[in-house]
Amino acid sequence: MKNPPPYRRPYRDTQPPYLFPPYASTVKRAPSQPLVALPQTLSELTAPVFGYGDIKESDNDLTRQHKGEPQGERIVVSGRVLDENSRPLEGVLIEIWQANAAGRYNHRVDQHDAPLDPNFTGAGRVLTDREGRYRFMTIRPGEYPWRNHYNAWRPAHIHFSLFGQAIVQRLITQMYFPGDPLLEYDPMFTCVPDEKARNRLVSVFDWETTMPEYALGYRFDIVLRGREATPMETRR
Amino acid sequence: MSLRGSTSQTIGPYLRIGLEWMVIEDLAPKGVAGDRVSIEGRVIDGDGKPVNDAAVEIWQANSQGKYASPEDSQDKPVEAGFRGYGRSLTDDAGVFRFRTIKPGRVPGADGKLQAPHLVVTVFMRGLLKQLVTRMYFPDEASNAEDPVLAAVPAERRPTLIARKRADGTLEWNLVLQGRNETAFFDF
Repeated sequence: MKNPPPYRRPYRDTQPPYLFPPYASTVKRAPSQPLVALPQTLSELTAPVFGYGDIKESDNDLTRQHKGEPQGERIVVSGRVLDENSRPLEGVLIEIWQANAAGRYNHRVDQHDAPLDPNFTGAGRVLTDREGRYRFMTIRPGEYPWRNHYNAWRPAHIHFSLFGQAIVQRLITQMYFPGDPLLEYDPMFTCVPDEKARNRLVSVFDWETTMPEYALGYRFDIVLRGREATPMETRR
Repeated sequence: MSLRGSTSQTIGPYLRIGLEWMVIEDLAPKGVAGDRVSIEGRVIDGDGKPVNDAAVEIWQANSQGKYASPEDSQDKPVEAGFRGYGRSLTDDAGVFRFRTIKPGRVPGADGKLQAPHLVVTVFMRGLLKQLVTRMYFPDEASNAEDPVLAAVPAERRPTLIARKRADGTLEWNLVLQGRNETAFFDF
């Protein structure tokens, strides 16, 4: 059997290092020994397939998971998932999670003195369509303090988890909001050496998806790794 | 036209909110062919403390050595009810666990068969991008000819091979730093 073509290495400085002491938790968790080069075999070039049996259609609307409406500003978050060869990726499972409008997570570890919202869990999922498009309706998450350093605050963000067509495309990232003054002080954001790569984590305000008299739209496109050589077009 | 891949960010401490709905610790329901295995391990940080907020994901072939993925073009059957994907979120003791079947052998980059293995992806607060490693099986003669194991320095190779407990459970720990540090791959 022919091995499928491998995926390109990440472009220089576009991915964070494991050890980044300004983000204190990396110090005891980053591997200390050299990584071993891994040839990409069938095991790395395949990935689980998810479908409409795995999620509900309403899973992409975080504002309608409870009896009442959540507090805060409704927003539409949408975009496309492509690979580095500009190919739209269909059937990508996207899982998101976030704090509520007050900057509090619905999680036992979060002890921030801000109210929980009984009408907001903060979790959603969706599958991309044929053009790689996805769309969530949610609430703009609040900023919140954390204990990494004195007076540390996380900029507003939404966590994203994505499965591609190969295990080496698996990606977990965070989406930020344009103009957030906290970004430049945030070690999770500044850990990425390449400034352009960093700024691609910031969503763009989008008139086209903004819903009149209802919700502002933000666009966040995500690019997963692409193959070294583009194979013959195969649709799953 | 070529784009640049999006940047990884940490999963953070609140991963359960987004990922708990799809915890899959039992991969092989009744009827799925293959030798049943129970796997249990702990994630341990640089201070030797358990990591209670990690997500451990596994990906594996079925007992015939076929991945349930359209990217696997081998002329072998996929098995209904077996996706080959598992996700466990560590508990307060840093423990993750899976019940699955031992995968068959799949071809490596050169076409020669690899030893049975799980592809393991690990996310946690304090990791700005995932760690990728593999778990191999004990008492498996083909480990000696596996090309990926062969690429791991000999003294670190045992960190990728599970240990069989008296009760038959396969024990395999993920050690992030130090003397018994698990070999992780540059993927």
